[in-house]
Amino acid sequence: MSFGLFSRLSFFRILLTSALALCAFSASISHAADLELLLVIKNHRFEPSELKVPVNQRIKLVVHNQDRTPEEFESHKLNREKVIPGGAKATIFIGPLKAGRYEFVGEYNEATAKGVVIAE
Amino acid sequence: MFATALIVFRETLEAALFVGIIAASTRGLYRRTQWLSLGVLAGCIGALGVAFAMERISVWAEGLGQDFLNISIISIALLMLTWHCVWVSTHSQETVQTAKQLGSATRSGAGSLWALAIAVALAVLREGAETVVFVSGFMSGHTGGIPSMLIGVFIGLLSGTACGVLIYAGLSKIKAQYFFTVTNVWVLIMAGALAAQLAKALAQSGLVQRWTEPLWDTSSALSMDSALGALCRALVGYDARPTGLQVLFYAGAITLIALATRQTKRLIAKK
Repeated sequence: MSFGLFSRLSFFRILLTSALALCAFSASISHAADLELLLVIKNHRFEPSELKVPVNQRIKLVVHNQDRTPEEFESHKLNREKVIPGGAKATIFIGPLKAGRYEFVGEYNEATAKGVVIAE
Repeated sequence: MFATALIVFRETLEAALFVGIIAASTRGLYRRTQWLSLGVLAGCIGALGVAFAMERISVWAEGLGQDFLNISIISIALLMLTWHCVWVSTHSQETVQTAKQLGSATRSGAGSLWALAIAVALAVLREGAETVVFVSGFMSGHTGGIPSMLIGVFIGLLSGTACGVLIYAGLSKIKAQYFFTVTNVWVLIMAGALAAQLAKALAQSGLVQRWTEPLWDTSSALSMDSALGALCRALVGYDARPTGLQVLFYAGAITLIALATRQTKRLIAKK
């Protein structure tokens, strides 16, 4: 048997195994206990611009972009970035966080779209 | 116009550097330019498709559709790079032999070009889709300022692409005996960077809840907002505040691919 065929077979076996592992992994997860918070984008601003959250708890952040234009939620401190099309709602999981301030911006309108998550 | 150029530049930079490094690592391979061009073209078409479906994708899975798409894209790209790394190492012996026999190594290595074409397409798709969403969103939301915005888009695309060309030209200056060692190691590092991005995407989507706290913070030394920080992010997967999972994925991917490469090399040597 040629080597090319051999390695191609094992390659697809690895591909299949990792896909299955990922499925099993995601199936075992529930989002039930997370605290859910709503963040609205309107006129290229975040409302509220300050989000107070408890420490050491994972937060389900639902970002509703009410503008017609898209926005990119970005925070280096929270280690998050996600594009939210105009009018769309997107979910971003953040935390668990230590006490502190975690700034975030709307990358497409950085002059006005600013906010901060305060974990305390 | 400047703000637009900067945003487009940031998105373009990452894909352009990736393509530049891949193009350098495949220098001299048979039909390499065709394969990689095909990858870039497919990526552009894919980016348009994803961008126009973005509103629908975003609301899938309770607002997590984009993350799941991202996770799939990164996973496939990572597998393609893995395949290439293993393939290249196992054929380097052959490459040398063919080169001696035929006086040219041009045909060797073509066996993993399809994988790299897919990896390139996915890199272009990921960054391109965000750019298209941004640009088309701006055009639908603003009535004025479109010409100056389009100039900004053009400048951003051009300067981002120029960086890709620069890295390719820079890598090409490396002496022949070290050339493939450098480019192969770099492709390995890119695989590590992709794995770290996968870790980040898994945490953002809520699929993984462990080791999501940053291990260290070097943002005061090299900020992610700085030009150099952005460049390092694109070149070696730099993150100022990497989580435990990101570090694990980064180091794990590099180690696993290096091990797989060595193992297959041994297997061949035995035959």
